[in-house]
Amino acid sequence: MSLLATQDLTVRFGGHVAVNAVTCAFEAGTLTAIVGPNGAGKTTYFNLISGQLKASAGQVMLDGHDLSRLSPSKRTRAGLGRAFQLTNLFPRLTVLENIRLAVQATRPGRHRHGLNLWSIWSDHRELTARADEILVAVALGEKENELVANLPHGDQRKLEVALLMALEPRVFMFDEPTAGMNAVEAPVILNLIRKLKEDRTKTILLVEHKMDVVRELADRIIVLHNGALVADGEPADVIASPIVQEAYLGISPRDGTAQDGSAPSSGLAPRAARSEAP
Amino acid sequence: MTADLLTLRGVHTHIGAYHILHGVDLSVPRGQLTMLLGRNGAGKTTTLRTIMGLWHASKGSISFDGRDITATPTPRIAGLNIAYVPENMGIFADLTVKENMLLAARQAKHAGQIDDERLKWIFSLFPAVEKFWNHPAGKLSGGQKQMLAVSRAIIEPRELLIIDEPSKGLAPVIINNMIDAFAQLKASGVTILLVEQNINFAKRLGDTVAVMDNGVVVHAGSMQALAEDEETQHSLLGLAI
Amino acid sequence: MNALDFDWKPMALVPVLALLVLPFIGSPSTWVTLTVAGLAMGMIIFIIASGLTLVFGLMDVLNFGHGVFIALGAFVATSVLGSMGDYTSSESLWQNLLAVFPAMVIAMLVAGAVGLAFERYIVRPVYGNHLKQILITMGGMIIGEEMIKVIWGPQQIALPLPAGMRGSLLLGDAAVEKYRVIAVVVGLLVFAILLWVLTRTKAGLLIRAGVQDREMVESLGYRIKVLFIGVFVAGSALAGLGGVMWGLYQQSITPQMGAQVNVLIFIVLIIGGLGSTTGALIGALLVGLMANYTGFLVPKAALFSNIALMMAILLWRPQGVYALGK
Repeated sequence: MSLLATQDLTVRFGGHVAVNAVTCAFEAGTLTAIVGPNGAGKTTYFNLISGQLKASAGQVMLDGHDLSRLSPSKRTRAGLGRAFQLTNLFPRLTVLENIRLAVQATRPGRHRHGLNLWSIWSDHRELTARADEILVAVALGEKENELVANLPHGDQRKLEVALLMALEPRVFMFDEPTAGMNAVEAPVILNLIRKLKEDRTKTILLVEHKMDVVRELADRIIVLHNGALVADGEPADVIASPIVQEAYLGISPRDGTAQDGSAPSSGLAPRAARSEAP
Repeated sequence: MTADLLTLRGVHTHIGAYHILHGVDLSVPRGQLTMLLGRNGAGKTTTLRTIMGLWHASKGSISFDGRDITATPTPRIAGLNIAYVPENMGIFADLTVKENMLLAARQAKHAGQIDDERLKWIFSLFPAVEKFWNHPAGKLSGGQKQMLAVSRAIIEPRELLIIDEPSKGLAPVIINNMIDAFAQLKASGVTILLVEQNINFAKRLGDTVAVMDNGVVVHAGSMQALAEDEETQHSLLGLAI
Repeated sequence: MNALDFDWKPMALVPVLALLVLPFIGSPSTWVTLTVAGLAMGMIIFIIASGLTLVFGLMDVLNFGHGVFIALGAFVATSVLGSMGDYTSSESLWQNLLAVFPAMVIAMLVAGAVGLAFERYIVRPVYGNHLKQILITMGGMIIGEEMIKVIWGPQQIALPLPAGMRGSLLLGDAAVEKYRVIAVVVGLLVFAILLWVLTRTKAGLLIRAGVQDREMVESLGYRIKVLFIGVFVAGSALAGLGGVMWGLYQQSITPQMGAQVNVLIFIVLIIGGLGSTTGALIGALLVGLMANYTGFLVPKAALFSNIALMMAILLWRPQGVYALGK
């Protein structure tokens, strides 16, 4: 049985079908990249899985259990970990406090509510130790007392991954984790994700536009287009398929190069011929 | 007519208690595409916002086409025929795509007055803009909003385009279209100042490059020179152009 | 916009409320009378609130002095009408309108002019600071009230309806006051004009865009400060018009009448969602209906009913029925 699966998952907004009967299974120990043109429904698909959006039809199953009636927070507790492009960090708390909150959330019962005075002290050290462990693993150990709002962007994204690690989910969901990062910062996040792959009991879902990232990290690619699943397979095969090459990568089948010459003309007159703008 | 369309000299910007720009010197030559590079937090977005007058330079000077715009209010700077695409896109979510575009087309009093040919060109580059023309812009996906943001900047001819990370979240085919669009704009004489991490922009379009770190420009020169100097590339950016 | 996309649920609240109370009221004719009264009161409140919601939505200014324009409009109109006795005493509706219409226009012009000064000297210095805005605009209103007392005297002044507007129409069994029907018509006209300006003109487009992202509007090359002044003046003029209609509704005016409706106006804005004209209309109609229904059914709860209404709406939609995404 697969760790995570969606069955005929569909959502409609008015007359528009944003996600169309997507059936897909995600096995433990794999990283699946989800690609597709803008507006294909990738983020909407994620929203359906994590519970931010209610499905019009179909199911989301974690270890065979139907998650459909669970709220997003219950789905997180069930083992779904979704990264939200920085909105799940607390800017006015320190790095350490953020991670400790996440670690605390995984502890059952009274520890989560912090009402038992004795356990607060004894477990505080345990929580802090665990939080420290995670911070060291993502190389944020030295910044543990910095306010998150003061961290540079790249470190905030690292912290986001650390937060997910602290929650110890069974499923990791990343939505363009290296967006806006340059060639120095992106590899850091990608390394972290690569390390997550080492745990064969988890599965990772990655929405991504950068093909080099996909080729490097993904065991499997699924392609969404107009809300439907149109391709599913090994990275090399999917990337080489004609539909992906043309509609997504913009590589013309005629000459195999990116659309240089065939770009539509703007009809823009060269400078000298235009009248001066007022 | 000065060779540089836009010049910054010794620009400092403070935001509240934070001193973000520590004396930025930047020259943007006419008719060329200048790339502003640097890691996150280096001050690139702050520089763009200071140029547009959204934040005030506490020291230094900014001049555009020979006139000093350091203390000029934002609408007037835009009125000098400068288009700005901010990092967060600035899309009006409750307005339709058409209304967003109408606002950007300053010369048009209503939608019928928008330049048809220009619009057709934009539709061919960014199909989503045509597809969702009468829909609220808030319903667009992240990448589609990005397309709309850039479309707004190019709906009318401008002297200078200041663009902050336009390719974030765009599918490769759309990125190709955008690079082509910028190439055509450059060919028609438009000057572009671009913050962008995607290396294809630099390779295919970059004429000049300025690299920022810690609120100052640490390297400035031609893209060609940088492309030939692998050592500097690595030390500055870890890139290989 | 796609008809399927339009959020019709808040609009349905008005007929739903009206129908819900029908069984409690019992007699259909009484229900008709109360409903028309409620709609009329709601329309007048809407006219007053419409300007304020745009001022807050666009300029992010909390104007607690809005009441001064209400009172000013009412007093100016009273003076104008007072000097046009021939027209107001005539039984012909058209003669009456020949007096009432100019009174409204002059009231709006005066309120708008004072609004211009208010924006320049009282509001502009405190842009960006809500606490200061509340304090200084309340101060402005107190001064305004006192100025009205200086000019017109401190006592209540009667504002009788022109002869042709008095009395009721008979709809079957139900008696419906003529003036209330007029108020509803005027209110709908104002709403239609506002909606037209907001959706069909570029200025309206700028206002709607500015409510969402002021910086971007400036970055596109528009001087939003000029727009601010325009919106503030229009809002003040609308408050003046509302004051005239409120005065005629009560058939009397006092210098404090502005302050009296202040709380009601803010309840309407909160229910409707700050910055939304349609929201203000719905909020105002609900408040007007509520006031009349509870005034008839449970008079002692009349004051509380509006707060209860606000609470109920906020439980459903915490940002108002038509919250604008910011």
